[in-house]
Amino acid sequence: MKNYDTLINDLAPRKFGRRGTIWVFLLVLVIIAGVIAYIDQIRKGLVVTNLRDYALWGIYISNFVFFVATSFVGSATVAVLRLTKNKWRTPVVRIAEIITLASIIMAGFTIVLDMGRPDRLMNLFIHARLQSPITWDVIIIPTSIVLSFLMLYFPLLPDLKVLKKAFAKSRPGLSKWYGKFGLNWSGSKKQKAIQQKSIKIIAVMAIPVGIMLQTIDAWLFSTTYRVGWDSTNMGAYFISGAFVAGLGALITVVFVIRYVRKLEHYITEYHFDKLGKFLALTCLVYLYFNINEYVIPIFTAPVEEEIHLNALIYGEYAGLFWFSQVVGLLLPLIILLFKAGRKPRAMFIVGLMVVIGSWWKRYVIVTPTLLHPFLPIEGVPESWQHYFPSVHEWLITSATLAMALLIITLFVRYLPVIPIQRTAEEKGYLTKIDKKEES
Amino acid sequence: MENDTNQDSSRRKFLKNLSAGSMITLTGMACTSVSCKQNSGEKTTLMTTDGKLVQVSNSEIEAMEHQHHPATPAEAREGIPGKKFVMVVDLAKCKNAKKCVEACDHTHNLTPDRPYIKVLEMQDNEKSAPYWMPKKCFQCDNPPCVKVCPVGATYKRTDGIVLVDNERCIGCRFCMAACPYSARVFNWGEPPREDENIPYSPETSVPSKIGTVGKCDFCPDMLRQNKLPHCVTSCPNGVIYFGDEIDDTVTNGVETVRLSTLLKEKAGYRYMEELGTKPRVYYLPPVDRLFPFEKDTELNSES
Repeated sequence: MKNYDTLINDLAPRKFGRRGTIWVFLLVLVIIAGVIAYIDQIRKGLVVTNLRDYALWGIYISNFVFFVATSFVGSATVAVLRLTKNKWRTPVVRIAEIITLASIIMAGFTIVLDMGRPDRLMNLFIHARLQSPITWDVIIIPTSIVLSFLMLYFPLLPDLKVLKKAFAKSRPGLSKWYGKFGLNWSGSKKQKAIQQKSIKIIAVMAIPVGIMLQTIDAWLFSTTYRVGWDSTNMGAYFISGAFVAGLGALITVVFVIRYVRKLEHYITEYHFDKLGKFLALTCLVYLYFNINEYVIPIFTAPVEEEIHLNALIYGEYAGLFWFSQVVGLLLPLIILLFKAGRKPRAMFIVGLMVVIGSWWKRYVIVTPTLLHPFLPIEGVPESWQHYFPSVHEWLITSATLAMALLIITLFVRYLPVIPIQRTAEEKGYLTKIDKKEES
Repeated sequence: MENDTNQDSSRRKFLKNLSAGSMITLTGMACTSVSCKQNSGEKTTLMTTDGKLVQVSNSEIEAMEHQHHPATPAEAREGIPGKKFVMVVDLAKCKNAKKCVEACDHTHNLTPDRPYIKVLEMQDNEKSAPYWMPKKCFQCDNPPCVKVCPVGATYKRTDGIVLVDNERCIGCRFCMAACPYSARVFNWGEPPREDENIPYSPETSVPSKIGTVGKCDFCPDMLRQNKLPHCVTSCPNGVIYFGDEIDDTVTNGVETVRLSTLLKEKAGYRYMEELGTKPRVYYLPPVDRLFPFEKDTELNSES
């Protein structure tokens, strides 16, 4: 019983401390700045961005692709690790589910920011044409949002009951809310059977839906005649990249939560070691697809493709290209191969490198291609030959990232970040209580 | 007053339909009524454009001139019947006078930074000579832009023209990304406003709207009046030939020639044939040129 109480005490949500309050305050500030910038963009049009007729997509799109990629962590950890019966996943799955939901919501949101006419959003439904990859996105993103929500919610039900009980005396108001969201969970055998079956179905569905989401995202690019996009490699390349970006985000967030909430007893070096090995494996796969994407075309590159590859390897985009390849992929891979590299602190650095590298990698995928069209860029202002985001674009994009972090923060504030019930069951604390309740 | 105008316009509408010959069985009757103009109070049953049957007293039926109001977005989705428009650009005659660009910018109320036509300086390889290549929308028969549009705002018509309905466009710019020829421009900000009160038509592409896509439209409003697009008539050197593939004739306003003969004799080609987009714009190679390649544009525009 004592163990179980400590467990609840350790894992139950807590009020923000001073650090937490400052953090939320900063996020809200960034979001407000972004909202103001977006209102200005609505009023004046996309002219406030540095997007023009050639660089017609920019960081709104690459940021969208980044969110879609990180949302894959739910499918990657929860579903894949569950189906492969990897027991070590327990303390990190809830965080993965939270990141997935926050990312996919923000992905849906970000794509609207890029629209020239957000007021005509409903046209996507009224005049939908099924052969357009954007329509596929319109179908798959809401599907993913619903699935990610259920993937977070269903396993949460027993914990909500636990929290209702735990807060009954100290915070009756909060306790009532947990009760409401807990949907009268009693933990009966029948309820458990339904819940287990549902979670299994969701987990199985998460894999094809996740793969479809990543692939459709890749097809937004590969269905065009553009150098650097028009590649049959694109779908698999995006999926492998999403594994890396998603796991990188997971490791970073897990480290921060573990540090702030002092969960060292629950998320141990063993878990980091496992996550590190998993990330190393996905980095290797991603490296394989990167070689397919950038090295092999060198042999048969037609003129336009050669211009494009040169701009990436030696030219205007070499800095960002090599940053994303070396800092976002190669160095993490090398560090993770060593046991010392899979210790929590080292892993946090690796996670950050991967996340930042992944964000810029998507920028490198989107922007250079558009500036290398088949016909020369002439008859337009000189500045249209290049692209770097405007202040509006940075403010709005920062706000979307801050909003994703705020969603994650609020979930962490109000939900147990590590499943209480399951941890208790796995540690064998619960047998007595269960019997007592059932009798 | 308002009622009267409504009646007037609906009458015009059905007569227009009539003249289009969509009501073959009734035309005979209607025509006799028109010619007779009896006041007997007899009525004729006719079908309106939206498929309703209406009775109109014969005295009310009048013959009318073909009306030239710009086609509405719904009307503009249908091509001009029996036509397949085609363009041939003779690169040997172009000296970058840019009159086509000026005329196009003027008609479509475009600012210089978002022209529908560009005259590109091309050089195929180091040894070959540079040449000017006027480039507009190729009105592809297998259009990549139409395939990716999520809302059907850009569409292919039976007469071969690809148009944009800027009242439906959501501004996602996927069509611009998909076009291998960078033919499309975007209204990043508020376009110039002098043409605000003109009724919008995808066939005229005016007025442009903020947050939507625009491009060369082959001037279907001119074609409906049996006139040539503005770029063709404004070119001082007869570079651009325009015509109908079914008739097998094209004209640059000065001479009218057989399309097939022109393409055969001058080795016409389509830009980047290998993409399979099937453009409706052909080029004649820059051989036996009329002008030396001169970069000074001011000199070139003196015609």
